[in-house]
Amino acid sequence: MPADLAPGNVTQAQQTPDSADPVVVFEDVSITFDIKPVLQNISFTVQRGETRIILGPAGGGKSVLMKLANGLIRPDSGTIRVFGEDVTRMRETDLFKLRARIGMVFQESALFDSLSVEDNVAYRLHEEQVPEEEAHNRVVEALKFVELEHTISKFPSELSGGMRRRVSIARAIIAKPDLILYDSPTGGLDPITSTTIIDLVIKQRDVSHTTSLVITHRLQDAFLLARNRFNQQTGKIEPIPNNGIDDSTKFLVLNEGRVVFDGTTHELVHSTDPWLREYLS
Amino acid sequence: MPLVSPEIFAKQTIASVQDYSILCWRAVANLFSRPRYWADIYTQMDSIGVGSMPIVVLTGFFTGCVLALQSATSLQEFGSVSLTGNLVALSMVKELGPVLTGLMVSGRNASGMASEIGSMRVTEQIDAMRALGTDPVRKLVTPRLYATVFMLFFLTIVSDAVGIAGGALVSVTLMGLNASSYFHNSYRALQYGDVVQGLTKPLFSGFIIATVGCYFGMTTKGGTQGVGKATTQAVVYSSVFIIIVDFIVSRAMIGIFGR
Repeated sequence: MPADLAPGNVTQAQQTPDSADPVVVFEDVSITFDIKPVLQNISFTVQRGETRIILGPAGGGKSVLMKLANGLIRPDSGTIRVFGEDVTRMRETDLFKLRARIGMVFQESALFDSLSVEDNVAYRLHEEQVPEEEAHNRVVEALKFVELEHTISKFPSELSGGMRRRVSIARAIIAKPDLILYDSPTGGLDPITSTTIIDLVIKQRDVSHTTSLVITHRLQDAFLLARNRFNQQTGKIEPIPNNGIDDSTKFLVLNEGRVVFDGTTHELVHSTDPWLREYLS
Repeated sequence: MPLVSPEIFAKQTIASVQDYSILCWRAVANLFSRPRYWADIYTQMDSIGVGSMPIVVLTGFFTGCVLALQSATSLQEFGSVSLTGNLVALSMVKELGPVLTGLMVSGRNASGMASEIGSMRVTEQIDAMRALGTDPVRKLVTPRLYATVFMLFFLTIVSDAVGIAGGALVSVTLMGLNASSYFHNSYRALQYGDVVQGLTKPLFSGFIIATVGCYFGMTTKGGTQGVGKATTQAVVYSSVFIIIVDFIVSRAMIGIFGR
């Protein structure tokens, strides 16, 4: 049964989590589609301000994990807490309120093809009945961030794949969310466009320090995120000096529905796990 | 089509009925709580109601014409050609107007709803809507449901009127009947119960068209092929349901009004 047709059963009270509390917590989460187990006993924690890169081969359950985190699907077992609230037990109507704090970039952009770029980016603002002029100004600001302000009156079908992905990022960040979920933001894009997208993710990380989950199956994207920073003085992305790595960026590696690695960039590159070494080579 | 065991088939069928019932309930109940998407309701009214006018007018008009033509042949044998107006009016208002309008709107709009929502489903736009904090049932299904029920009611009235007009055209021009007598007989033939019966049916048909179309759209799986399948199923199921419910409503109305 599709989750959006499913009735909820438990109402959760809105909580204001302590700033030290983790933003996302997966505890022993499993999900099976038909008879195929997609995720098995997944447990990990994402702290406030952390950028968690989810790596792994295609078909390893990364996108499913992202949808679980946003409550778009429900696990068969286990608990998922986002901002301290158990999304596995929340009613769909309560999830809509929680999702106001979460921005999501979909694998194929998922822009509304019958709406212009402006209406797509302003979608959440229109739902919140933000005055038209303010909404327009915020759309322009978000589109400037992704360097696409000239596309404001275009339709998604008139944009390239990379531009659609950037508009999708603008739509996700316009409401200044506390958590951003990037589901393969560079999937299916050429290397140059992929780097542009990853630069935007780095810029968002270093400007807003928003907690984020980033799925990728491209190792170069992952290490680009870990080894680069946004210089606010020059407005450019640059390598962290002395071969440094970003402390807030951590890794989760999935393979065949199981966590094979959960830790820092340093721990990842020095891992002795044979599968991981082969995957990274 | 792969064969499945009777147990799995029964479970799938019951699960589908359950999902459909939940969707119907939520679609109806959403209008009684905020937010309400009035702009979407008016847009759908325009698309479903005004957009369906040409096919409804043409279908109604020519059905009235052929009804007059066919019934006049039979009535002639009893020397009652003057009763053509009665027959056309009763048939159009009680049965053909509501059913044919329902079927035409079903062909045009149930398919449109299934393909539009189905395309949104397979391109993750429905998930994006949920991720942006919008209930897709409230945003997509509720406006279509209320717009279809409301507009089908008036489309049926238009269909009845042009059907009677079509019958008049044939009766006067081809059979030489007096126009005044035709309209007088038509008016006299119709009683309160007939009109109530004829105008109750589109309420049910509208509900079926919108809910079946949206249900198949919301449950679309399997890419563009899935969208095509959902579209076909929406038209087939809604058409069959319209005819079945037409029979049930007719029997109930005959029970209530005695005709």
